[in-house]
Amino acid sequence: MRTLKFLLQKEFRQIFRDPAILRIIFMMPVMQLIILPWAADYEIKNIKLAVTDKDHSGYSKKLVSKITSSGYFQLTSYESSYNASLEKVEDDEADLILEIPASFEKQLVKEDEATLFIAGNAINGVKGNLGSAYLRSIIQDFNREVRLEWIQLPKFSPQTQIEVRSSNWFNPLMNYKYFMVPGILVLLLTMVGANLTAINIVKEKEIGTIEQINVTPVKKVHFIIAKLVPFWILGLIVLTLGLLISRLFYGILPAGGFLTIYVFAAVYLLAVLGLGLLISTYAATQQQAMLISFFLMMIFVLLGGLYTSIDSMPVWAQWITRFNPVSYFIDVMRMVVLKGSGLADIKQQFGTMALFAVVLNSWAVLNYRKRS
Amino acid sequence: MASDKIITVDHLTKRFGVFTAVDAITFDVHKGEIFGFLGANGAGKTTAMRMLCGLSMPTSGKATVAGYDVYTQNEQIKKSIGYMSQKFSLYEDLTVKENMQLYGGIYGKSNAFIKEKTAFILEHLHLQDEANKLVGSLPLGWKQKLAFSVAIFHEPEIVFLDEPTGGVDPVTRREFWNMIYQAADNGITIFVTTHYMDEAEYCNRVSIMVDGKVEALDTPAMLKQQYQSATMDDVFLKLARKATRSGD
Repeated sequence: MRTLKFLLQKEFRQIFRDPAILRIIFMMPVMQLIILPWAADYEIKNIKLAVTDKDHSGYSKKLVSKITSSGYFQLTSYESSYNASLEKVEDDEADLILEIPASFEKQLVKEDEATLFIAGNAINGVKGNLGSAYLRSIIQDFNREVRLEWIQLPKFSPQTQIEVRSSNWFNPLMNYKYFMVPGILVLLLTMVGANLTAINIVKEKEIGTIEQINVTPVKKVHFIIAKLVPFWILGLIVLTLGLLISRLFYGILPAGGFLTIYVFAAVYLLAVLGLGLLISTYAATQQQAMLISFFLMMIFVLLGGLYTSIDSMPVWAQWITRFNPVSYFIDVMRMVVLKGSGLADIKQQFGTMALFAVVLNSWAVLNYRKRS
Repeated sequence: MASDKIITVDHLTKRFGVFTAVDAITFDVHKGEIFGFLGANGAGKTTAMRMLCGLSMPTSGKATVAGYDVYTQNEQIKKSIGYMSQKFSLYEDLTVKENMQLYGGIYGKSNAFIKEKTAFILEHLHLQDEANKLVGSLPLGWKQKLAFSVAIFHEPEIVFLDEPTGGVDPVTRREFWNMIYQAADNGITIFVTTHYMDEAEYCNRVSIMVDGKVEALDTPAMLKQQYQSATMDDVFLKLARKATRSGD
């Protein structure tokens, strides 16, 4: 125990003397949480629209003005030929083409039916897709307005219409920040835990101080605990800082209470610290450690359920997410922050995370060698 | 004489794949002597030393250090030895005092011992004014002397020094050897590797490794006689020229 005290003293002294680490620990979460949620936005705005209007009628102009007044679209060109619009797409000046055929108004009035053509630039798939969807709903709206104009009498539409009204449970305004902010916080915690631990230990390998420790009677368990405890505490500090920023900047108060988050985070950090430790036992240089953790972080982020829903991933990818600690924490964060889940509701995730912590740390301890 | 032997090495071998770094070396080190462990770069000195310190697992052969077996009792060995590696390996971001406190602490020394010993060393090295300075800010010569002091801080039976005076000026080297003599006077056995042949002359006995094997082992005087050389430099050159391995 006394050995541990000396080793912990050493680690804390070194960490608090390293301005880079302090900057990473305090500046990174502040910057990322304040800036990223505003940019990492699911809503698509400023869709560049090229309109090919072959009709030039009152209705076609009405439609175009309705679309542009929605706020989602920027009219970048208004041409009479489809090819001219297509060129805009090729020059990356347009994401969507809306083609209004020559007889649009005539058909609409006479035959009660008209065809429009939408072409999306699928290079930016999300923008193309969502843009078309927005456009379609605006056109539908336009359609309804036009009908209302004509059918003054009878008051009731001869066609039965089903209107769908939806409400979004747990996040009534669909404020994406409510799930982006906790998600980003999870990623931050993962980075602090895994990267800093791995790099800290590998740094000792590089400068040779670890050999000096290995030649002493220090037990490897003591050495490892002394490495983990400071970063565990720092992780919880980052979490506190993050939750504070969430409250102050985004008004996010976890509905399920802070205790649930802290209890889960405490175990989660043990798992990620174990991962960092494991990386350090395989990496000989800081570069290697960085590359390994970068590789893992990419997978964790993309298969973590922050940007894309895990349920809509292919089955094999869903299996990978089960080995991704990040996905559990993001899940838990959303449950606690939005749904108000308590400790009892996250039992399963908690158990899984505890298992992660045990497996990763034991693997790392077994793989750490005092003797080559 | 058997009890007099503090290190016994019998056909100790280390292979890395097909490469035999240390090839069945056999020698003994007596208690209290300064044992010079010479050899060209790549001859296998560091590997042999690392095996004796419990940092590297031997492939075959036998060895005991301070009466403990290197295969099974390497953690006991670590309590009885001090080690100073080729690379300077004190913590540069800790102060002089903090480094001593750390190493004293992990060898299980009491706070009173640490305090007393720290004061003694600081006075001895005239480092009182630097006690609270970061080790990284000290000049190399001081760092080396400090590293040696830390290596014997816990008063081990044996201290292993791997090229302790590399890159140090002649005055500091001289001072460093005075420290080694002092430690030897206090009963610590010194096991030292070096490339400086004048330093070899300071040793009680010297072994010379060539291509992983111990080619010669005796007192400097006897070696010079045996190889009909005026200096240890000549002895070394005569032996080292036989090497087929290229250094690193």
